[in-house]
Amino acid sequence: MRDLVIIGGGPAGMSAAIAAYENGITDVLILERDENLGGILQQCIHNGFGLHKFGEELTGPEYAWRYEEKVRALGIECKLNTMVLDVSNDKVITATNAQDGIFQIQAKAVILAMGCRERSKGALNIAGSRPAGIYSAGTAQKFVNMKGYLPGKNVVILGSGDIGLIMARRMTLEGAKVHAVCELMPYSGGLARNIEQCLNDFNIPLKLSHTIVKIHGKDRVEGVTIAKVDERRKPIAESEEYIPCDTILFSVGLIPENELSKSAKVDLSAITNGAVVDQDRQTSVEGIFSCGNVLHVHDLVDYVSEEAEIAGKAAVEYINGNKDKNILIPIKTDGKVRYTVPQTITKEKDVAVYFRVSDIYKNVKVNVSDGNEVLFSKKRVKVAPGEMESVTLKKEVFAKAKELYFSLEEM
Amino acid sequence: MERKLTCIICPLGCELTVQTEGKNVVDVKGNTCPRGKVYAENECTNPQRTITSTVRCSDGGLVSVKTDKPIPKEKMLECMAVINETVAELPISIGDVIVDDVFGSKIVATQNKA
Repeated sequence: MRDLVIIGGGPAGMSAAIAAYENGITDVLILERDENLGGILQQCIHNGFGLHKFGEELTGPEYAWRYEEKVRALGIECKLNTMVLDVSNDKVITATNAQDGIFQIQAKAVILAMGCRERSKGALNIAGSRPAGIYSAGTAQKFVNMKGYLPGKNVVILGSGDIGLIMARRMTLEGAKVHAVCELMPYSGGLARNIEQCLNDFNIPLKLSHTIVKIHGKDRVEGVTIAKVDERRKPIAESEEYIPCDTILFSVGLIPENELSKSAKVDLSAITNGAVVDQDRQTSVEGIFSCGNVLHVHDLVDYVSEEAEIAGKAAVEYINGNKDKNILIPIKTDGKVRYTVPQTITKEKDVAVYFRVSDIYKNVKVNVSDGNEVLFSKKRVKVAPGEMESVTLKKEVFAKAKELYFSLEEM
Repeated sequence: MERKLTCIICPLGCELTVQTEGKNVVDVKGNTCPRGKVYAENECTNPQRTITSTVRCSDGGLVSVKTDKPIPKEKMLECMAVINETVAELPISIGDVIVDDVFGSKIVATQNKA
């Protein structure tokens, strides 16, 4: 029997482990499938991490090291190269590695911190055969930054999320020519600073409201046909344009990696593709917590670390038997607010609610009501789907509500 | 002359409007913090960027690196040429200097390699 088992040794898992340890639970085990701690940060060699958390700009590996150093200093046990096969509803973890074979651990509490994976080209339905030269942006990132291979010399990128933008610059610095970044939406999902320093610095065109309609080439990619899309995101035939290239990178979204959450019978949200949680990041299964990108995809790792601290501390309270859950307030949204995390409030204490919007809105009020009356309101000059927002609600504000309703009011 | 810039100092990405007279910046609007003003002034007079990349190690693997200070923007590709012809001796700890002076900056390791 272990007190706390954490699945995943990335930024979420390490931060949760440290928070739990520092709050009094020292019997903590991290299970990590890779040969190092740090998760995806190890291949994110660009800088921009940690401004919020450490007040300085770090690269991914440096940010990860800040946490790994602490995990080591505290002596928190980690099993690397260890694949978790199953998590049961009653918190029995089945895992495997080369030393221990297949083994089982009964935990008092489990924190799910498995992160997310990239949506693949297969999810997109683009015409053409299956030539070499098609990669997800993250795969290309691993090739370039960890293996030292350049996947191609003439590149077109579909999707302008941050990973796509970062890879446009990375491939350019390593000598490739990036001909265009196409974005289906009329706006980029990436940070403005990345459009500036990754595309504009190198005169890489960002083609908004554009998509790839055909991939040319049989054995190797020879080119793509791109087209402008209309308001319903359907390609306009007359706008088709051919770009010769040998490589296509897809940066078309991230999906929380929740196979283990499903095996533990944790309720999942159809919108976030992650668990439904309360303010403690506890899932529908008592004693199983979820945090980081497996819960919902974050923009900044700093917020992942913060969320994982919440889960780590709450797991300690759970293990110590402090179950002061006395209310149950579900949080609903109007669609303009796409989702909130947490989705329920079960404790009468101040709570920070994170949310994402479904489109770009200017001059709006974020309203929190109990269905009849607006309890809390906050003005925002601009909100965008790529930027997570938050409001902090005082317990007096929601104490009497049966449910909370998050909506946007255009002014 | 008026110039529009996007500040790259932090994830906020403020839209900056900069007034210049000749080579001098006379006014900056749109910045949320003082760092935005400094960025705008540098960007209009001597634009600079931090480079992050990888260096080949003596065992054939890679170690991630960065310039410890921003370098002039127009020197980015020359800086990459230096990085790409460097081989680093193992072991390497975070912060180790890999190349001493590249356009006024040091190339330092951002990863540990045994």
